[in-house]
Amino acid sequence: MSGIIRLHFELPGNDLMSAGEASSSVKKKLNQLGINPAAVKKAAIAMYEAEINAIIHAGGGTLAVTITKDRINIVISDHGPGIADLDLAMQEGYSTAPDYIREMGFGAGMGLPNIKRNADRLEIKSAVGQGTTVEITVFF
Amino acid sequence: MTVAELAAKLGARILTPQANAQQEVTGVYCGDLLSWVMSHAEKGDAWITVHTHVNIVAVAVLAELACIIIPESIEVDDGTVARAKEQGVTLLGSDLKAAELCWRIYEMLR
Ligand SMILES: Nc1ncnc2c1ncn2[C@@H]1O[C@H](COP(=O)(O)OP(=O)(O)OP(=O)(O)O)[C@@H](O)[C@H]1O
Ligand SMILES: [Mg+2]
Repeated sequence: MSGIIRLHFELPGNDLMSAGEASSSVKKKLNQLGINPAAVKKAAIAMYEAEINAIIHAGGGTLAVTITKDRINIVISDHGPGIADLDLAMQEGYSTAPDYIREMGFGAGMGLPNIKRNADRLEIKSAVGQGTTVEITVFF
Repeated sequence: MTVAELAAKLGARILTPQANAQQEVTGVYCGDLLSWVMSHAEKGDAWITVHTHVNIVAVAVLAELACIIIPESIEVDDGTVARAKEQGVTLLGSDLKAAELCWRIYEMLR
């Protein structure tokens, strides 16, 4: 593979029906590029969880992907309420998801821990009232 | 065992006939918390869930699951069937209870 691939997605707020489309299409792209399957799965799962979080908790956002020879970098940004206590949010089982979201099977409080487990590098910047940016890197 | 063979043995309905039912089933997983399933189900698992909304398709694609089985005669949304076909995910419908599906599939794979 030569050069740099850049992909951009808009994540519509509260549109759970389209949630997962960005991650699924990036996963397809990585498979086409012949990236090793373990790295593809890690990137896809981390990306999906962050995508869902932006849609459920923050009214949507944007997702920017950069793929180079040795890595994928994924930046998910939103202008939602932000995360007041990031350490707490990172704990397994912590969730503020409302009931109607839980009825759909979200809200286990496992998303951020899943991202942490699957990302080789993770940086989360969040400010209350301003929004959240999650940057995930997976090396091939 | 392929998904098509699994469906035949279970007497399950293939709701997505166009999808690839030749995927190999190597395990079974039952759960309805999507993030939990994402982190604990293994590639090749047949996944039993009572959810029928379209997000189950994304979970199956991303976690590389062999197929999704909807138990207990639960009706599946048309949009979910359409998305599954589009993504090449096989959806099965069964009249059996989730626990019985688990047990039967486990026995088949032993
Ligand atoms: N982008 C975000 N904006 C605002 N709050 C967020 C965001 N992402 C996560 N959070 C907060 O962190 C909590 C934990 O997130 P996490 O993804 O681990 O669990 P969840 O989304 O509630 O449930 P699950 O991911 O298991 O479906 C959320 O409930 C929410 O309070
Ligand atoms: Mg989440």
